[in-house]
Amino acid sequence: MLNVGRLNEGVVLDHIVAGKAMSIYKYLKLDRMDCCVAIIKNAHSNKMGKKDIIKVECPIDELDLNVLGFIDHRITVNIIQDGNIVSKKELNLPKKLVNIIRCKNPRCITSIEQELDHVFFLADEENEVYRCQYCEEKYRSSRKKQ
Amino acid sequence: MRHLMSPLDFSVEELDKLLDLASDIEANPQKYAHACAGKKIATLFYEPSTRTRLSFEAAMLNLGGSVLGFSSADSSSAAKGESVSDTIRVISCYADICAMRHPKEGAPLVASMKSSIPVINAGDGGHQHPTQTLTDLMTIRSLKGRLGSFTIGLCGDLKFGRTVHSLIEALIRYPNVNFVLISPEELRLPDNIRDDVLRRHNQQFKEVVRLEDALPELDLLYMTRVQKERFFNEEDYVRMKDFYILDADKMKLAKPDMTILHPLPRVNEISVEVDDDPRAAYFRQAQYGVYVRMALILTLLEVEVC
Repeated sequence: MLNVGRLNEGVVLDHIVAGKAMSIYKYLKLDRMDCCVAIIKNAHSNKMGKKDIIKVECPIDELDLNVLGFIDHRITVNIIQDGNIVSKKELNLPKKLVNIIRCKNPRCITSIEQELDHVFFLADEENEVYRCQYCEEKYRSSRKKQ
Repeated sequence: MRHLMSPLDFSVEELDKLLDLASDIEANPQKYAHACAGKKIATLFYEPSTRTRLSFEAAMLNLGGSVLGFSSADSSSAAKGESVSDTIRVISCYADICAMRHPKEGAPLVASMKSSIPVINAGDGGHQHPTQTLTDLMTIRSLKGRLGSFTIGLCGDLKFGRTVHSLIEALIRYPNVNFVLISPEELRLPDNIRDDVLRRHNQQFKEVVRLEDALPELDLLYMTRVQKERFFNEEDYVRMKDFYILDADKMKLAKPDMTILHPLPRVNEISVEVDDDPRAAYFRQAQYGVYVRMALILTLLEVEVC
């Protein structure tokens, strides 16, 4: 088992579906942050068989973790302070997504005005359906598509 | 400050008030002849329109106001690459209210987010056309005496027909409205209206392909044009454009008091021989469109007429 050192302050994202860590890395915009990030791929999991884990050393308020609810609300989010887990964040589907997904409707105003934010609202929580704020194009979360 | 993006922006009570005002304007036009003196409406039409643009302009002129604007994207700064957000910021300095038509869906919403004057969505792509819906509601209420307790057939291009989408959203708020959706398979109602509007509200509806099958049970028939400009593929348009033609023979199947509506312009989906049928109401509908837009302008500008 690969060992990665303990964090002093930050988050540990556990129980990520194996192979999904890099997409979460991008959604959280970790590539743009000047902080220490460890990505563990295909770690052993009693519950899942294999899983991914991401550890991020940074002030907790610098991360927008709400987006994780959209990606997979079963991810375990451990908040670390002073080297200890101080809380576990419960993930829900966010009511609004800004620049997380892009509207693919060629008739949408966002297709020609590049500076506009791509904003989606949660339209149907049960079926995890989002709709574009501008044209109401449907977007279903990837887990529901499967 | 209020905008109008969707027919649902008004509650049923607010809509009743608006339609009452429109009816009063119809009955007493002189009372409102100077209600908007000194006010200007900007009609920002990024795609061609005759009826909607002229009816907005006629509405403002009837209220004693003035109009300015453009009637195609080519004659606006959009041709130079100006964004909708920038255009509306500038127009806000010139006019008191604006009506915007745009081929891209959501463009009027973008405008409303940056505007300091009320913005009316005068049609955005295949998405919404709320003032046509207000026109349709006023026509139905005026000619049927009620909004609700009827069977309405919606026929033609239900996929891209924004007037149909808006009308359905508006009518589900009234009791006992049965919808008959008449379209070819390729132009069926999109799922965001069928699932999220009709099914979610447990609304009675059925889908049929043949107009003749639906006609006998209808109290209202709402015909629509197959819109060439909504197709990316010319072949698909050619295949669909003559799918429905309402003629005198088919009208024999309809109830004697059925009302025919059409948002216009018509191409050939209603034969001209039907125009003289007393059940044809589509030209009266255009007149109601002016009254209801007058009422809307007064409401959004918060002009009270005693």
